[in-house]
Amino acid sequence: MIEWYPIDTWIVLTGIVCAMGCAVLGNFLVLRRMSMMGDAISHAVLPGLAMAFLITGSRASLTMFVGAAVVGVLTAVFTQWVSHFGNVDRGASMGIVFTTLFAFGLLLIVQAADRVDLDPSCVLYGAIELTPLEILFRWSIAGWEIGVPRAFVVLGTVCLLNVIVVVLFFKEFRLSSFDPALATTLGFNARIMHYVLMTLVAITTVASFEAVGSIIVIAMLVVPAATAHLLTDRLSTMVPLSMVIAGSCAGLGHLSAITLPKWFGFEDTSTSGMMAVVAGALFGMAVLIAPRYGWVARRLALRRASRRLP
Amino acid sequence: MIRLFHFDRATQSGQAPSGEEGGREFPEHSARSPLSVHDLTVAYHRKPVVWDVDLELPEGKLVALVGPNGAGKSTLIKACQELVPKASGLVQVYGRPYRHQRHLVGYVPQRESVDWDFPVSAMDVVAMGGYHRLGWLRPVNKRCRSEAMQALERVGLADLAGRQISQLSGGQQQRTFLARALAQDARLYLMDEPFAAVDAATERVIVELLHELKARGRTCFVVHHDLATVTEYFDWVVLMNMRVVDAGPTKEVFHQENLRKTYGGKLTVLSAAAEAVRNAGE
Amino acid sequence: MRRAALHLALGLWILLFVVPSLRGAVIHDHTEGIRPLGSLANRPIDWPSRADLLRVALLQDYNTRLVVVSASLLGTACGLIGGFLLLRKRSLMGDTLSHATLPGICLAFMGMVAFGHSGKSMPGLLLGALLSGILGFATVLAIRKVTRVKDDAAMGIVLSVFFGLGVALLGLIQKMPEGSAAGLEAFIYGKTASMVFEDFLVVSSVTVAALLVCVALFKEFRLVCFDEGFASSQGWPVVVLDTIMLGLVTIVTVAGLQAVGLILVIAFLITPAAAARFWTHRLGHLLALGALIGGLSGWMGAAISALLPRLPAGAIIVLVAAILFLVSMFFGSARGVLVRWFRQSRLKRKIGRQHLLRAAYEWLESRVENPDRERVINGPIKMAALVSSRSWSVPELNREIRRAYDDAFVQSFSDGELCLNEAGFLAAARVTRNHRLWELYLIENADIAPNHVDRDADAVEHVLGEPLVNELEKLLPAYRDARRSPMPGSPHPISGGAE
Ligand SMILES: Nc1ncnc2c1ncn2[C@@H]1O[C@H](COP(=O)(O)OP(=O)(O)OP(=O)(O)O)[C@@H](O)[C@H]1O
Ligand SMILES: [Mg+2]
Repeated sequence: MIEWYPIDTWIVLTGIVCAMGCAVLGNFLVLRRMSMMGDAISHAVLPGLAMAFLITGSRASLTMFVGAAVVGVLTAVFTQWVSHFGNVDRGASMGIVFTTLFAFGLLLIVQAADRVDLDPSCVLYGAIELTPLEILFRWSIAGWEIGVPRAFVVLGTVCLLNVIVVVLFFKEFRLSSFDPALATTLGFNARIMHYVLMTLVAITTVASFEAVGSIIVIAMLVVPAATAHLLTDRLSTMVPLSMVIAGSCAGLGHLSAITLPKWFGFEDTSTSGMMAVVAGALFGMAVLIAPRYGWVARRLALRRASRRLP
Repeated sequence: MIRLFHFDRATQSGQAPSGEEGGREFPEHSARSPLSVHDLTVAYHRKPVVWDVDLELPEGKLVALVGPNGAGKSTLIKACQELVPKASGLVQVYGRPYRHQRHLVGYVPQRESVDWDFPVSAMDVVAMGGYHRLGWLRPVNKRCRSEAMQALERVGLADLAGRQISQLSGGQQQRTFLARALAQDARLYLMDEPFAAVDAATERVIVELLHELKARGRTCFVVHHDLATVTEYFDWVVLMNMRVVDAGPTKEVFHQENLRKTYGGKLTVLSAAAEAVRNAGE
Repeated sequence: MRRAALHLALGLWILLFVVPSLRGAVIHDHTEGIRPLGSLANRPIDWPSRADLLRVALLQDYNTRLVVVSASLLGTACGLIGGFLLLRKRSLMGDTLSHATLPGICLAFMGMVAFGHSGKSMPGLLLGALLSGILGFATVLAIRKVTRVKDDAAMGIVLSVFFGLGVALLGLIQKMPEGSAAGLEAFIYGKTASMVFEDFLVVSSVTVAALLVCVALFKEFRLVCFDEGFASSQGWPVVVLDTIMLGLVTIVTVAGLQAVGLILVIAFLITPAAAARFWTHRLGHLLALGALIGGLSGWMGAAISALLPRLPAGAIIVLVAAILFLVSMFFGSARGVLVRWFRQSRLKRKIGRQHLLRAAYEWLESRVENPDRERVINGPIKMAALVSSRSWSVPELNREIRRAYDDAFVQSFSDGELCLNEAGFLAAARVTRNHRLWELYLIENADIAPNHVDRDADAVEHVLGEPLVNELEKLLPAYRDARRSPMPGSPHPISGGAE
């Protein structure tokens, strides 16, 4: 049977805000063919973490966050430079930049390791199961004491910020993703929109992986948006749809993380991993049974068309 | 004499005289000209493909740009919009450098290089032409949409307004982007081969569109390949083969001799045909 | 040519590294000393002595040799295949595949434990990684084929979903009673892995396989990279070719993952090929150069980290490759930033010079009262006339004149007058003549001319040939009428400057 505790509710809620915040930006990353940006940033922030540590000497999460976010934005800037000045394909320049930054970060960490143990994996990977343990403030409603976890507040804020910016600049994002040259002609600087998007992605990525682990970010930036793109032909539908899909991934992911392993005699497994797996499953379903672009629908249309012919 | 004065002052003091664009003086008439090009030279890798082009388009006319393949027509159009770097020269739109006048220019490229799978309908694409009137932050409103719809109707695509753009045929896609240029409401339109690969009906639609633009006082600079229809469709013609062979009202410059200079001496069949059409038209 | 280059590269590597290392392998027992690649050992940096330098440079040390040779072989193979990935815009495939191996590794571990083995047998884990990688790229290809999702999103989906599955499986493994799985992920991603002789064998056989396949299927790969649609319309099995290409990438990735670590493999598949792109426009050269740069950065990086043992070899190699990339980006001879900038500015200068000389000559020409009988003679030129003859601003013209003065084309310029010297006048005459000949050629042969015209050429004769130039000169009206004049008249009225 499912054993559901308040802690599970918080995990799911945190997962939902995180997934939605990522997915809303992911739409534009996927449409601009920069889907790997989340992965690149989550690797590339290593020197930012190390630098923040070396400069301030503390492992306080705010300094780490700032360091990582700055390097995250720099990753986008460097990628843009390499691909613009060097005429290099976007994906390749992304790869060059993030591997280089990561290697540089490793060197810095080796230096820092003299002073204190700074294991990249322990700084890099938060775990969503642990988020409810860190309570930011308590609330009591009608005798019920509710402890709100810090990660939920942080990721909720980030999600809200992303949604607000995307809604406000929806027209500009659509235009500059579709046709940057026209955007510039019409007086909307496409480059500014690009950097706004990249800054949001960097903040979201860093905030999320610090709290809940990088795999959720990488998955939620790509998969829900790609799934939504298979289901609709309108950007104004695609964005909310991807958020709904992302939210369901979070809920179903946690549910399957605590139920599925029981069938095989295990207790439970990682929620973030299962969120990505559920996202993949939803994508697979969309590939099969999407109303217009699904495999089945196209097969049926083909069959019907060929039957109409004598 | 005024120039001489400027010159002396500049040489003596070793300084650029002040004034717009570093002392560069504009001939008075170019303030009225939608597009004036001076001494434009463009080169790809060490090889100039557009030489010393001097051009001054009249306002409110339909102007054809004709020349053989590889004559540098697309290059000229792109260089006017700083899409390819110039080796020398000056381009002005309504008397000021292109950079300040971007919003006055509508461009329909030879082949749109957009992501055809992008989740936008034909309607959305056309509405994008009106975004600059909305400015930042204001969402697409009813007025913008109705203008887009009008533009779509004018190119005969009203029925397909809701279609995703990859589900339109090549000709329909081309008309969609023409409609977008229309909705942009520019004063000068640069069109690179809008008549390429369209059927007779679409060609009529485009021609009507051009005349409507002309009636509204807009200027269209159109790369055109069909010599037989130049006299019929256009008021003005620019003949080009790396350098401008001649430019002027169609009646005056579109003749055998100039065509020979543009297309080569061996092109007798086509130019004879053009001559015949021209004579018939008079 | 390209085959020669590839063979040369191959031969070079065998000669330089494989042979000495094999000789070493016979002499040494490979268990004698193993140095971890990603070592975080707690030693202070001690700068290498000259003896150390020599030892590393000559690969005298068995361990150094093993690491250096394996790293450069892997770099060679990755640089080669990376070229194709780059052109196919799939550079991040290595990233995807290296993450996609995790579920395979976990399943292999669980399977081996279920059958009562230790679970940490390296061949078993590698097999799992390989299968999972193959499944990963097959999924990418399937997504590409069945849906309208683009390559990059397909790679992102496979990366995150597979890696997520791996993370979930790791979660299970950790709860297994037998679960001595601590560090399984790190174990396979090369963090604690160390170079042993088997690694070298794996890496070198993978390299040879990659070389052979790339040389054998060069033509087919080139076609698929250039124009997939055309290739499939010509009946080439695009999916099969893609599978072979990505299969190679998978093998290289898996081999490299375990030996040198995740990040290095990703970088190796992208950076050297992208660096090579700046030096050449030809595919054969691109591949050979990519292999060379990959090998070079592997070699240099491993050598540096052998000299400074505090520094992790993987990171150093990545940084060396990045430096080579930056150098190529700026100094590359085909598409480098500086070369492009230099070409553009030299072109601008040349055209500016031609404009000045031609304007000067044409003004002088307009002074001649009877062009049929008199020659054009050198003399002072009114600068005001020059200004109005073209669309240059006064400062621009001034700069142009000053440059011409520096190059000894101008005798003097002052008081609004400019005087060319002998060389300048001759150059002006030549530039004008060439320009007019080109223009005439363009008029006479407008249909074919655009492909031949090289207005930049200093002598028309060299491009068109003497007879054709004579022919053209006869056509010029002024030349025909007055044979004394060295200069053909312009085929069109000259604008400005004549008043
Ligand atoms: N990106 C480029 N790099 C190098 N050369 C180029 C480039 N684009 C065009 N060219 C060359 O410049 C010349 C002019 O090209 P352009 O595209 O302007 O011709 P066009 O007049 O538009 O021809 P068409 O009628 O075929 O469209 C051609 O000789 C072409 O080979
Ligand atoms: Mg063209």
